[in-house]
Amino acid sequence: MADGATASALRFRDDEPADEPAVSLDAFLDQPEAVSVRIEGGDDVRRLAPALDRLKLVEVDFPRFRDGRGYSSARILREMGYQGELKAVGDVLVDQLLFMRRCGFDSFAPDAPIDTAAALRALNAFDFVYQPAADVRVPVWKLRHG
Amino acid sequence: MKLLTGNHLTEGHVIWWTGDGWSRHVEQAVDVGDKAEQILQVETAACRVNNGYAVEAEAGPRGPVPSHIKERIRATGPTVRPDLALQPADKSAGSYVI
Amino acid sequence: MYRYDQFDQAIVDARVEEFRDQVARRIAGEMTDDQFKPLRLKNGLYLQLHAYMLRVAVPYGTMDSRQMRVLADIARTYDRGYGHFTTRQNLQFNWIKLEDTPDILAKLAGVQMHAIQTSGESIRNISADQFAGAAADEVCDPRPWAELIRQFTTFHPEFSYLPRKFKIGLTASDNDRAAIKLHDVGLQVLRDADGQFGFRVYVGGGMGRTPFVAHLVRDFLPATAICSYLEAILRVWNRNGRRDNIHKQRIKILVHDLGAEEFTRQVEAEFAAIQPLGDDIPLAEYDRIAAYFVAPPFEQGLSDELDLSDPRFAAWVERQVHAHKQPGYAIATISLKPIGGIPGDVTAEQMELLADLAEQYSFDELRPTHAQNIALPHVRKADLYTIWQQLDAAGLGTANLDWISEMIVCPGLDYCSLANARSIPVGQKIAERFADPARQADVGELKLKISGCINACGHHHVGHIGILGVDRKGTENFQLLLGGSGAEDASLAKIVGPGFNEDGVVDAVERAVEKYREIRNPGERFLDTYRRVGVEPFKEAIYG
Repeated sequence: MADGATASALRFRDDEPADEPAVSLDAFLDQPEAVSVRIEGGDDVRRLAPALDRLKLVEVDFPRFRDGRGYSSARILREMGYQGELKAVGDVLVDQLLFMRRCGFDSFAPDAPIDTAAALRALNAFDFVYQPAADVRVPVWKLRHG
Repeated sequence: MKLLTGNHLTEGHVIWWTGDGWSRHVEQAVDVGDKAEQILQVETAACRVNNGYAVEAEAGPRGPVPSHIKERIRATGPTVRPDLALQPADKSAGSYVI
Repeated sequence: MYRYDQFDQAIVDARVEEFRDQVARRIAGEMTDDQFKPLRLKNGLYLQLHAYMLRVAVPYGTMDSRQMRVLADIARTYDRGYGHFTTRQNLQFNWIKLEDTPDILAKLAGVQMHAIQTSGESIRNISADQFAGAAADEVCDPRPWAELIRQFTTFHPEFSYLPRKFKIGLTASDNDRAAIKLHDVGLQVLRDADGQFGFRVYVGGGMGRTPFVAHLVRDFLPATAICSYLEAILRVWNRNGRRDNIHKQRIKILVHDLGAEEFTRQVEAEFAAIQPLGDDIPLAEYDRIAAYFVAPPFEQGLSDELDLSDPRFAAWVERQVHAHKQPGYAIATISLKPIGGIPGDVTAEQMELLADLAEQYSFDELRPTHAQNIALPHVRKADLYTIWQQLDAAGLGTANLDWISEMIVCPGLDYCSLANARSIPVGQKIAERFADPARQADVGELKLKISGCINACGHHHVGHIGILGVDRKGTENFQLLLGGSGAEDASLAKIVGPGFNEDGVVDAVERAVEKYREIRNPGERFLDTYRRVGVEPFKEAIYG
């Protein structure tokens, strides 16, 4: 990527993005045809459990980057078996990307464009992690004991 | 009067707006009147001050004296370590703090 | 003590480089302070009254001489020749430059130290009983669990943007020297009837604006489930904790608002969902860590005899030395509260002496305590005299543990931008008033704790006598509280009446102490008398 290049969207999936606009959680549960949902900080993502099969895109809103509720929402969705696109939207800065990836986010729509070189650096900053999460990284204790 | 204060970005020490720059010595601070926001915007964006804000002060014999004890302590140093004061050799420098 | 392997070292080194990059971006103006602040706080770097302040982690209060020497070196090279030990067993440097911080962190990483998550809305340093591995009254050494939890909570991706800070404390003894009930999560290690290890889990303790004693949430949690259970607690709070008012965002508020019963129900439900996913750390990893904490090679058959013919040495032994589980050994607590000094402050020279003493006489271990002292955990009784002589010569020989002059004091308005009043001068005046050791001996155990603001870093809520500094229309004012305790009999101190100025509160403390002496029953400490008679007699004595 070119130095200084920025991106207003990052995506780490190969499939086609869902092209339906995301609706609120209540609306999604009310509309059997809907495939995209937008989760606000206070929403309980476990309400999506019966609808996981039709779900293609979950957008999780980060109104302020310090509001960390979305990290739990993402991880819970992955724990429930959701395999569709999980997008972090809003006040997302490059310094949060790694934690978000580890919690299961695979796409990003930050309010402010992110320098792509900085994003790559941030995502690759750590070779080792201490705990399992929603990504495939093996925690250190597993590396220690095989 | 209103003074502007903050901390030096890379070194961290306390600084006071002198009218055309920043000084460690509150005696050199100037009254910014109602221009505080304006000045801070420019200086913060230029990274010449970190965490800047306005404080009340009165005129004193050597220069402005901050009204609140916290700001006077920032101007001179920890009262319990006079050896670490901004002007440790000048025993009267901190006499107005408390 | 624990030694990093290649993985631990790689993680700390990567963190240093990440922060070096973040500092460069900040200095270049690519980040505002608003964006940079949470990042620097996650590396222990505060912007304080006079300069940047760096809080170095001392995990569960265990360090060695090599680390202490590096701290001394940092104090000399990058600071102003001293450091300050805190109520969470960490060390603070008060005069740091932002541009030096990456190099300082690199130096620390070179001796397996860091400043990770020592501030900000993070899971903070795990604190533990400073007598771990030495006291006879513990079920086991709690520190292998503390280390396991430390690793698990480091850079946890789900819990790095919490509503507020989160503090975990551990003990393995019924005598709680770690104040676990005043932590967000307090863990007491137990063994069940079959000898299996487990934790008694307390949640929702804390001081600050709204102090609470933690609630018992689980009587016995099998030890190997601790990571899943902590995740359940953190997740319930991360999802439901308030984020609208910074003073209402700690987990203690959520526990209070939901009620302990509902909070526990939610945690257990979350735990039931998380535990089957297999996040827990296996026993093999616990065993690997525990191998670093086996008892040092104590000499056998040593005498417990002590020559106490030097009265000043005898006085020091009486106050500062505790029994060790191994015959012939002792635990020596070094008071960092000399009369008229600054509680918790240590010069670089003193740090080097402490390093030498630990290396030579204590199997190379030092233990910062949550009362801002330092313990040498494994000292031969035969060596106590020469240790004391060296401490005494360096201004570290004060014999006052648990007496009124051995107080906990936060840095206060002399250093801290959050403070409303100066706390250190009040403490110094009280210490000077009671300087006479005979007077202090007569008063007996009296835990005085002084905070310069409502954030309560001086733990005033759990002082037998607590003092809180407030700002009263621009002047410093001090409230007096009585009857708190941070030990296993935890209780919160109560304000006795209107506040005082600095000299006034010193006099008020003296009147309270004299009242205690007047009405006490034989064997009663100040706290006991207060609990027996209540606040009224003291109120009358103080306010007349």
